[in-house]
Amino acid sequence: MIRIQELSKMYITPSSKIVALENVNLQIQQGDIFGVIGFSGAGKSTLIRCLNRLEEPDSGKIMIAGQDITAMNKKELQLARRKIGMIFQQFNLLDAKTVFENVAFPLQVSNYPKKQIKSRVEEILDLVGLANKSKAYPLQLSGGQKQRVGIARALSNEPSVLLSDEATSALDPQTTYSILELLKDINQKLGLTIVLITHELDVLKHICNHMAVIEHGRIVETGVVEKFFLNPESDTAKRFISILQGFQEKRVYKEGEGI
Amino acid sequence: MNDDVLELLFTGLGETLYMVLLSTLIALILGLPLGIILVATEKGNVLESPRINKVLGTIINVVRSFPSIILIVVLLPLARFIVGTTLGATAAIVPLSIGAAPFIARIIENSLKEVSFGKIEAAMAIGANPLTIITKVLIPEALPSLIRGLTIAVIGITGMTAVAGAIGAGGLGSLAIRFGYMRYRDDIMLATIVTLVILVQGVQFAGDYLATYINRKRYKFD
Repeated sequence: MIRIQELSKMYITPSSKIVALENVNLQIQQGDIFGVIGFSGAGKSTLIRCLNRLEEPDSGKIMIAGQDITAMNKKELQLARRKIGMIFQQFNLLDAKTVFENVAFPLQVSNYPKKQIKSRVEEILDLVGLANKSKAYPLQLSGGQKQRVGIARALSNEPSVLLSDEATSALDPQTTYSILELLKDINQKLGLTIVLITHELDVLKHICNHMAVIEHGRIVETGVVEKFFLNPESDTAKRFISILQGFQEKRVYKEGEGI
Repeated sequence: MNDDVLELLFTGLGETLYMVLLSTLIALILGLPLGIILVATEKGNVLESPRINKVLGTIINVVRSFPSIILIVVLLPLARFIVGTTLGATAAIVPLSIGAAPFIARIIENSLKEVSFGKIEAAMAIGANPLTIITKVLIPEALPSLIRGLTIAVIGITGMTAVAGAIGAGGLGSLAIRFGYMRYRDDIMLATIVTLVILVQGVQFAGDYLATYINRKRYKFD
């Protein structure tokens, strides 16, 4: 379980102070797929990056699997991060390493038993459907394949949580769909908790069980995903839904059929 | 062309290669850690420390402000202290190494900064420590660019040895000044220049080849 309490973060620039997160409280259940949705600049990226402290929160508390992430020193944080997988919008794979080496890297970092690294990497590459690409370099792969490697890398050391920072935003719809299916599959097979942030309604609709809406650094709405579509309360949620509906109406008007 | 040209040229080339190789090696040993520290101590990086970064940056700038001939003269007492003399190729290696180290540090800093920060963050996110990030992420990711940078450094150091040659270090530079210029030996002047041109071309070709080879391996499609 992930518990976020009173999390706040401010960016101070020479000309102004920008509130990125303000008293954020959230609870995410073990095994859930939890989506955080918001427009650009709402603070969703900051929120997810605070969870493994790639971004340092100013105040508040983050508990993951019973451990207080916010109270850790650097060494403890390094150990904790080994059990928190993360995938990125820009994949962030290491171009100098093959697919195999990329996926093996977290295992080497975590002092995984050397003899078992090979079989573990093969197992996880099989899971993401890239067993035949283990000798390729990231630059030789398509976007969807790169993100699969990213997922394999994030999962290789058997984390309890997977953080997804706009993991499908750089992919085309078809690839997005296949990556989402993969995440869903992993969630069911491994019982892994997935926290993802997105600005794509489809992502939320497709795989999330619960969601939170973030607006100017504040959580303005939480609940099951259906609620977001049936009974949106916050401005952001209403705007997301109305953009979708407006688009559909235009299509009906122009082409005489809904989508 | 006189008979002595070839002999002089070979001795000069030998001395130049000796100075360039050893100076580059020592400058690299000094400059590589400096370049890495410059990047790692930057704001937001793995060993963030603005003060160290600033102090180191300033020292490097100060040393780099010296025109190479002045730096060599200033450092001659140090050469005497370390190798016992201020004359000859070995003595020249001391100031050449120290003069080239900050240059190499800056080149390495530039190459390492080309590595996208997302890759470093990804390594942080899997719980890698700073040393692992430097040795397993930063350096391998920047390798082609590091090699191209070092090529520039080697050529720069070759130029510096010629300057050192003018004040007693030997090598091709000394040959060109003492024979080619002071004794009006145009044949020696020409032979020296041609040799230097071939040397620099060779270094550039080797550097390009190696960097391209690594890049091609990473880009290759089956």
